[in-house]
Amino acid sequence: MALDSSKTTGFKYVGTRPDRPDGFDKVTGRAKFGADATAPGMLFAAIKRSPHAHARILRIDTTKALAMEGVKAVVTRADFATGLTGENWNILENVMAGDTALYDGHAVAAVAATSALSARDAMKAIEVEYEILPHVTDVDKAMEPGAPVIRTGAADASVPEGLHPNVVRYHKSGHGDVEAGFAEADLVIEDHFVTEATHQGYIEPHACLGTLGADGKGELWCCTQGHWNVQKVCAALLGLETSQLRVTASEIGGGFGGKTTVFIEPVALALSRKANRPVKLVMTRAEVFKASGPTSSTSMDVRIGMKTDGTITAAEGVFRLQGGAFPGAPMEFTAMCAFAPYDLKHVRQVGYDVLTNRPKQAAYRAPGSPMAAFAVESVIDELCKKLDLDPIDTRLKNASHEGTRASFGPKWPRIGLVETLEAAKAHPHYTAPLAPGQGRGISCGFWFNHGGETSVSLAMSEDGSAQIMVGTPDIGGSRASMALMAAEVLGIPYENIRCTIADTASLGYNEISHGSRVTYASGLATIKAAEAAVEELCARAAAKWGIPEDAVYWEDGCAKPSGPNAGDFEPLPIAEITATMGATGGPINGHFEATPEGAGVSFATHIVDAEVDRETGSTKVVRYTVVQDAGKAVHPTYVEGQFQGGAAQGIGWALNEEYIYGEDGRLQNAGFLDYRIPVASDLPMIDTVIVEVPNPGHPFGVRGVGETSICPPLAAIANAVSAAAGVRMRQLPMRPSRILEALDSAADG
Amino acid sequence: MVDVALWSGLRPLVGGRDSVTVEGGTVGEILTALRRDHPALGPTLDAGVSVVVDGRVIAASLTEPVHPDSEVVLMMRLKGG
Amino acid sequence: MSKLHVTTKVNGDTVEFLCDPRETLLDVLRDRLGLTGAKEGCGTGDCGACSVTVDGRLVCSCLMLGAEAEGKEIATVEGIAEGGALHPLQKKFIEYAALQCGICTPGILVAAKNLLEKTPDPTEEQVRYWLAGNLCRCTGYDKIIRAVMDTAAEMREAS
Repeated sequence: MALDSSKTTGFKYVGTRPDRPDGFDKVTGRAKFGADATAPGMLFAAIKRSPHAHARILRIDTTKALAMEGVKAVVTRADFATGLTGENWNILENVMAGDTALYDGHAVAAVAATSALSARDAMKAIEVEYEILPHVTDVDKAMEPGAPVIRTGAADASVPEGLHPNVVRYHKSGHGDVEAGFAEADLVIEDHFVTEATHQGYIEPHACLGTLGADGKGELWCCTQGHWNVQKVCAALLGLETSQLRVTASEIGGGFGGKTTVFIEPVALALSRKANRPVKLVMTRAEVFKASGPTSSTSMDVRIGMKTDGTITAAEGVFRLQGGAFPGAPMEFTAMCAFAPYDLKHVRQVGYDVLTNRPKQAAYRAPGSPMAAFAVESVIDELCKKLDLDPIDTRLKNASHEGTRASFGPKWPRIGLVETLEAAKAHPHYTAPLAPGQGRGISCGFWFNHGGETSVSLAMSEDGSAQIMVGTPDIGGSRASMALMAAEVLGIPYENIRCTIADTASLGYNEISHGSRVTYASGLATIKAAEAAVEELCARAAAKWGIPEDAVYWEDGCAKPSGPNAGDFEPLPIAEITATMGATGGPINGHFEATPEGAGVSFATHIVDAEVDRETGSTKVVRYTVVQDAGKAVHPTYVEGQFQGGAAQGIGWALNEEYIYGEDGRLQNAGFLDYRIPVASDLPMIDTVIVEVPNPGHPFGVRGVGETSICPPLAAIANAVSAAAGVRMRQLPMRPSRILEALDSAADG
Repeated sequence: MVDVALWSGLRPLVGGRDSVTVEGGTVGEILTALRRDHPALGPTLDAGVSVVVDGRVIAASLTEPVHPDSEVVLMMRLKGG
Repeated sequence: MSKLHVTTKVNGDTVEFLCDPRETLLDVLRDRLGLTGAKEGCGTGDCGACSVTVDGRLVCSCLMLGAEAEGKEIATVEGIAEGGALHPLQKKFIEYAALQCGICTPGILVAAKNLLEKTPDPTEEQVRYWLAGNLCRCTGYDKIIRAVMDTAAEMREAS
């Protein structure tokens, strides 16, 4: 009989707040991140990058570089696999340019040398001759007739005829008759919104150490959100057999989606293969900005109709996203998340994925969703203002709940949006008085969450402690959550469990740590693996007692006899069973492999107070409250941390952060000085409320929490700033100059 | 037979219908049947879809069961940050 | 280019190294002395992940040349704990979950320790402005600020 430890209440370990297992290493400097590894005979590498937004590569001359002292190898596109198709081809083209440099910062060659300084010197000595081509970096301009074509034939079958070749994917969904719905409305507001590209801004630049021999066997150490994906993609790009490349994930210094693909790893391996030495490659911060994967910029039109009682009668959105010079801007998520919080009879959403001469976008925390919420929730805010309605009551009136039809098609299962709205309404923040010059904004946000391929292995030690091997890199404290869930099932203290992120040679395949899937999917697999171990532990006790296996149950870390045998034997503690496991049938392990498909979606409601200085145009966020459904918070402190971190990134996106391209198509602000992420003095404390509406797809009710927290902030802050400034802000970031312009035009108008 | 709802961008590919009916007891069987009965959907299916069965988003697993009265909706494939 | 010979003290120990005149103190700490606790987040003094103290003064080690360390006393994150005993700040950072990925943590600990040595009773605003040169992208700073404030209170009580 399979053990089932599913429960949503009565937890002993889950829901507590113990110290994280990697805490000591991380406060003492002992933790090893991507750039912290070394190997005997190691070379250092540097990448030559295009200074042009769009240019044909006529000639690459590496003679001078190769002649320099200490230089051991140079690679260009010719050193990678040929004949790739689909996304592998796109990734290779991005990792190392082919015929054409497609954006400022696009890699064209790389060099390995005996020191970092000689590698940098040699990189500068590589000569590249370009023919400069016309470029476009703005999403709307890239769709206009006559815009430079970035790549012909890149569009897929979804794109209707007659659109510019830079439109490479198209999405349209919805239901009902929106025009009929708008006709029922008492007020229809239609508006245009713009957001700029932002960067995930992880503090650790991409870094790796690769070794690849002529025998086709390799080792790679790198900071990544998914090392099995790195293994698979690097093998393809280098023409290797996947299993011959072993990838170890270092401690990772932030990812937020930006470390879900590869940029430098195949380059280090290609250099290593050529030099026959280990090669370390670390991006500079400027390279991170120019040549990793920021998020999309957007141009959006949203139209919503409402009755005077607050009922939304129809909604429509058009979302144009540029994702750089490659297909993949997450416009379908922008479209599908846009109206997800609302129960709509008539809704239509359209998305365009547009190529520009910018770096290939990568996922950024709930990719595509925050921008959608910015546009939609701004219009709802404006409708509430014009119709004199309470913004939370209005959202509650229209809120999606179990059984209503989602804007993207299916009926909702059990979801927690209403609960977050009610908790926000009950929070003292919502009714606290505002000082002069301040405004309050609220917004809802939605993200799907994801399951994905997952393997976990658990091994008992002789002393009754346990080790868990998971394959999802720990980007925010997940090892603590895994150990808590295992402790709950095994009934042994949290401290007796060690959770390790296994390398690709030590565990089965695991999808990337993305889609807020780790605590959900690796957690589920950990629970199942622990249950498998418990079954074996019970079987050993049954054998010892000479009673049937199903007459033994597990409680508080002990096997106990049940049924007719209850009380016949003293409980058998775990350590007594494991002490003799070698002689009673062999090692006791548990493992679980699956693609769990029950990731529960997650909703959030944020409340923000912002203060606008009408003279300087600067904005200060003075109070912030995050309310989000976590399903079940396994380690509440780290759940709060995810809420706070998402809010802070959203504050940066709303107020300061943006990719600024010049007329020449070059990035103007590739550094933390000019691309300003929030610093400690910019922010208030960020209050959190954890709502728990259990996810039926997880044994303990867990929903992913990492991404949803960045969905509401753009809109919530825009609504707060618009209230404070008395003028609707439709473009992000709301930097001081933009606020002053808006104030001026309002005064003129 | 199972009714599979399509996002509106796909409707022109199946003669304007907002759903099609296909044979299948699992997500995999349904995708196979869609490909067979409606070849115009092939490129979309190749690009990757998620299948929502009774409100649960099935991103990958072809073995998930589908019942004749299940609500089945095609969705573009999910990923995340 | 010929290398320079430098003698300095790191975390109380005298060390000698040879370095290129262009190498930063951060390069030297990480690549020549094997002290990888200080991190390079930007190389331009904007993120503070490489924070160390030089003769008691908080600096970004990416902005100082290795050769300039001659005759100085350098303190890095590796020197904060005494043996196996964590400094109160280190304990509080773990207790408060004041770190998620942990890449900024070494720099923030060095900076916060330096603050508390000079200002044992800081206001929240003082902590926020002192740490404004240390970027953290994961936490939103909330738990970091609370951990520093609580450590300060505890250290005041203990002294």
